[in-house]
Amino acid sequence: MTMAFHELRASYAFVERNINLVKRYWGWELVWMLYTIANSLAVVLIARGANTAVGGQPLSTAQVDTLILFLAIGALVWHYLAVVFQTVSEMISWERWEGTIEYTFMAPVRRGTHMVGTALFSLVYGFAHTAVVLVIVVLAFDLNMSHANYVSASAVLIAGSLSLVGIGIMGAVLPLLYPERGAEMTHVIQAALVLISGVYITASEMPEPLATISIFSPATYVIEGIRSALIDGEGFAELWPTMVGLVASGFLMIPLGVYVFSLGERYAKRTGRLKRSG
Amino acid sequence: MTVATTEPEQFRGLRIEVDPHARALEVDDVTKVFRQGPGLIGRMRGKREERKRVVAVDHVSFVVERGEIFGVLGPNGTGKSTLIRLMSTLLMPDTGRVRIFGLDVERDEAQVKRLINRVSVEASFFKKLSPMENLMYGARLYGVDPAYARRKVVEILTRLGLENRSIGSSMEDMSRGMQQKVAIARAFLTAPVLLLLDEPTTGLDPHSKREVQAAVRELRDTHEATVVLTTHDMQEADELCDRIAIVDKGRIVALDTPAALKDMVRQAGEAPPSLEDVFLRLTGKKLEEADKEAELT
Ligand SMILES: Nc1ncnc2c1ncn2[C@@H]1O[C@H](COP(=O)(O)OP(=O)(O)O)[C@@H](O)[C@H]1O
Ligand SMILES: [Mg+2]
Repeated sequence: MTMAFHELRASYAFVERNINLVKRYWGWELVWMLYTIANSLAVVLIARGANTAVGGQPLSTAQVDTLILFLAIGALVWHYLAVVFQTVSEMISWERWEGTIEYTFMAPVRRGTHMVGTALFSLVYGFAHTAVVLVIVVLAFDLNMSHANYVSASAVLIAGSLSLVGIGIMGAVLPLLYPERGAEMTHVIQAALVLISGVYITASEMPEPLATISIFSPATYVIEGIRSALIDGEGFAELWPTMVGLVASGFLMIPLGVYVFSLGERYAKRTGRLKRSG
Repeated sequence: MTVATTEPEQFRGLRIEVDPHARALEVDDVTKVFRQGPGLIGRMRGKREERKRVVAVDHVSFVVERGEIFGVLGPNGTGKSTLIRLMSTLLMPDTGRVRIFGLDVERDEAQVKRLINRVSVEASFFKKLSPMENLMYGARLYGVDPAYARRKVVEILTRLGLENRSIGSSMEDMSRGMQQKVAIARAFLTAPVLLLLDEPTTGLDPHSKREVQAAVRELRDTHEATVVLTTHDMQEADELCDRIAIVDKGRIVALDTPAALKDMVRQAGEAPPSLEDVFLRLTGKKLEEADKEAELT
C-alpha cells in the first residue's frame, strides 16, 4: 500500500519535471507550435484548392467544407497522437542528451511508474497543444461545427491515447539500444503509423495491402471514431464499441510496452549502453 | 551544523530495514568486459574494424565496512567508473556478485536503489532547470517530503557556498565547481546509506575541493553513511580515505590504509614515501604517465 502510494507520488516527479522543462524551453515550444500550425494549414488548404486543381464537375461549397473538416480532423488527431507517441518515445533520447539518464535509471522507482508519469504529461501536453492548433484552424477556415459531438470525440481520443502510449514505450527502447540513431528510428515508426492509419483518407479505401494492415493500427479507429463524432455527430450509443476496443487495446499495449522496455533495459545494463563515457 | 541528516519520517515509508550484521559493501570476484567497435548495424553499413574486448574490471574483490570512507585510486581508464556503476545498478557484472548491506545488486535491485546514491564525474542535470528544480525532481523520485526537501535544498546548498539567487536560476551558466556542489547536495538530500562518489573533486579549484571533502566527512560523521569514492588525486585519497584500493588495468594491486600502503614501500634513510611512490613501486609507472597512456590508447 505504502509502496503503491510512493509510486503514484513518484510518477508526479516526471510530470513536474517536464512541465518545468516546457517552461524553460518556451522559445522552442513556440517554434514547434508554429511548425505544427503551418503543417496543419497546408494540409487543409488541399481541400480549398480541390476544384481548381482537378477541374471537371466542381464540388459544392458544402462538399468542400466537409472535405476541409475531414482533412482537418486527420491533421489534428494525428498531431495529438504524434505528440503523445513522441513525448513517450523520446523520453530516453532526451535524457541521454541532457546526461541525466543514469540518474533517472538509478532512482528507486519502477520503470512502469517512470513511463506512466511521462505518459500522463504527454496526454495533458498533447491535448493543450492540439487545442491551440484546433482553434486556429477553425478560425482560419470558418468551419461549420454545428453537428459536432465534442464529448464523444474526446472520449475516443482519450481511449485511443492509451494504445499510442504503449507503442511509444516500445519505441523508447530504440534510443536505449542504439544511442546514435535510435531517435531517428522512432520517427520511422511514426511515419509508418501515418501511412497505415488512414489519416488523410478513409482507411478501408486505401490500396491493398495498406487497407488490411490498417485494421491492426489503433490510430485507424481513433481517427474514424472522431470523424464520426465531429462530422456526423455520433455519440456514445454509436461509438461505444470503438471506445471499448481502444481501451482494451491500450490495456494490452501498455504492459507489453513496459515489458519490452524492461528487456531492453536489462540488455543495456549488460552491455554498457546506458552510457559510455565518464 | 549538519548537512546530511534526513529524519526517517521525511521519507514516507521509503526506507527499508537492513540486516544489522551485513557488511556495507561486498564486491566478490567481479568482472566486467565491454565490446567496443561497430555493432551489427555498423558492420552492415560496411565498417570493417574488429570489435575489441575491453576488460574494464578484472576479478575484483573487496569489502567495505560501515562508516568507512573507502577510496579507489588509479589512473584514467582503469575501470573505476565501471566499478561504481556496478555498485549502483547501472551495469550488471559478467561474473561475481556485488552486495550492499547484504542485498544483491542484481536480484534485489529495487531495494538496493533505496540505499544508495551516486555522484558522477560529469554533472548530470537538466541544464535549463535550476538547482531547485533539479533537486526537487530527485526528491520526488526518492520519496522525500517536498516541503521538507525545499527547505533542505536551500540549507545544504547555502552550506556548500551557493548564493541564494543561483538556487533558482538555470544551471547552464554555472561553473563546474558549482555544478558539482549541486550534485553533491542532490545525493545528500536523499540521505543514502551508501554514497558512491565517482571523482567528485576532479576539475574543481582547491577551495571547492576542500569544501566538498569537508562535506563528505561530515556526511559520514553525522549520518553514519558509508562512502566509496574514486579519485586520481593522491592527496585527496591520503587525507580523506580510511582505506584505499589502488587499481591498475581493472585489477586491485594493493589495498590498505594510507599509512600501511606507505609503510610497504618505506626504505630506511629515505624521505617518508607518498602515495605517488607507492603507485610507482606497485605498477612501475607514475600516475600522471599512466593517465597520458590512457588518453593515447
Ligand atoms: N559503456 C561502455 N562501453 C564500452 N566500453 C566502456 C564502457 N564503459 C567503460 N568502457 C571502457 O572500459 C575501460 C574502463 O573505463 P572506466 O571504468 O570509465 O575507467 P576510469 O573511470 O577508471 O577512467 C575503458 O577502456 C573504457 O573505454
Ligand atoms: Mg571514470
